Amino acid sequence: MRRQLPIIIVFVSGAFMAIQYFIPHDAGVFFYEYGLDWIIVIGIFAMLLGIWSLFKVQLDKVVKRSPGWGYSVVALGGLFFMLIGGPLWGIEEGTPFMQVFWYIYTPIQATMFSLLAFYIASAAYRAFRARTVLATILLLTAMVIMLRLIPLGPISGSNQKLATWILMVPSMAANRAILIGIGLGIVATCLKIILGIERAYMGHD
Amino acid sequence: MDLGTIIWNTVALFLTLCIFSFLYKDNPFYKFAEHLVVGVSAGYFAIILYFNGFIPKVWEPVTQKGEWWYLLPTILGMMTWARFSKKWSWISRFAIAFYMGIAVGVAIPLEMQQRVIKQLHATMLPVHFTNIQGVWNLLIMLGVLCGLIYFFFSMGHKGVVGGAARLGIWILMIGFGAGFGLTVMGRISLLADRITEIHNWYLMVTKALWGF
Repeated sequence: MRRQLPIIIVFVSGAFMAIQYFIPHDAGVFFYEYGLDWIIVIGIFAMLLGIWSLFKVQLDKVVKRSPGWGYSVVALGGLFFMLIGGPLWGIEEGTPFMQVFWYIYTPIQATMFSLLAFYIASAAYRAFRARTVLATILLLTAMVIMLRLIPLGPISGSNQKLATWILMVPSMAANRAILIGIGLGIVATCLKIILGIERAYMGHD
Repeated sequence: MDLGTIIWNTVALFLTLCIFSFLYKDNPFYKFAEHLVVGVSAGYFAIILYFNGFIPKVWEPVTQKGEWWYLLPTILGMMTWARFSKKWSWISRFAIAFYMGIAVGVAIPLEMQQRVIKQLHATMLPVHFTNIQGVWNLLIMLGVLCGLIYFFFSMGHKGVVGGAARLGIWILMIGFGAGFGLTVMGRISLLADRITEIHNWYLMVTKALWGF
């Protein structure tokens, strides 16, 4: 029962949700929306699992005085400030909860992503060295795209036209091939899960 | 400009510089900001889910509308907590099974519609030789076909299939190059935004202190 029943649940609920898409009936729409609510609610409780895990890992570091335990205090401080501050002050604009979001969370996230501008350049140097024809194509395309907004004197117009052509023709074709491949891959994986071939989500006994 | 705004902006500037300090090497300032954002983001999304998910999807339907059946996903959600116990962790499988079943059942038609059929539909462009766009349409169709052939491993990449796969990898490399270029530009744009924020902080503080 411990392994068979979950597989039956996945099959029945998965097949029902896939089939109802093709049946235009109010009952189908109700169950579709109710099903979506179900996964949102389950997801909320599952997230608490993650929060507890974060809390436990950081607390263990503090209790055991592990190296860098002070940083765990910072993480726990940030966590509890938001967990207590949200219900206490509300989540409207201007509350301390949202101020922390706009002035602590947002700048750190944006700066972390902007750091990649530096690291991506050094990675590109290693990856793009024109050793093969394919690497050269990659390098040249990236150069044309990166320089398309830079004033390049008499060749600016030509470079912009070339960049637009690359984005609208070969790059679009490549992206479509990749998207179709991803779509077919997702559908195949979903079918494997519904049919009980893929069972990794159940974990181990 | 009130004092609160100046203090919050100064905090944002300090944290921005903490993250930038990683360009030199890993250091306590970076670690401080890194751990702070981990705690803050976990708390933020938990509270947002509580207000935008739990309240409208569970609390209000059950307590105000009498829709008791919303307790079912709540019970299932609580069953995920059985993961904490080695003995009872198998109970969480039922909740995960419902989650997986509903999610993959919804995903199959939507993925087919959004990623496969729509993309194929957009690829079926009129091919003609009256102007250059017709030729480009042919190139897009060939590019998509050859790109897909490159990912098709049920046949050996020999002969005509091999040639198509070869053209496919060329097209894909152009796509990857364009993607890389756009990513770099996006990161540079974020970097410029952060530098602008630092400059704006400088202007704000000088105006507050000296009035210019």
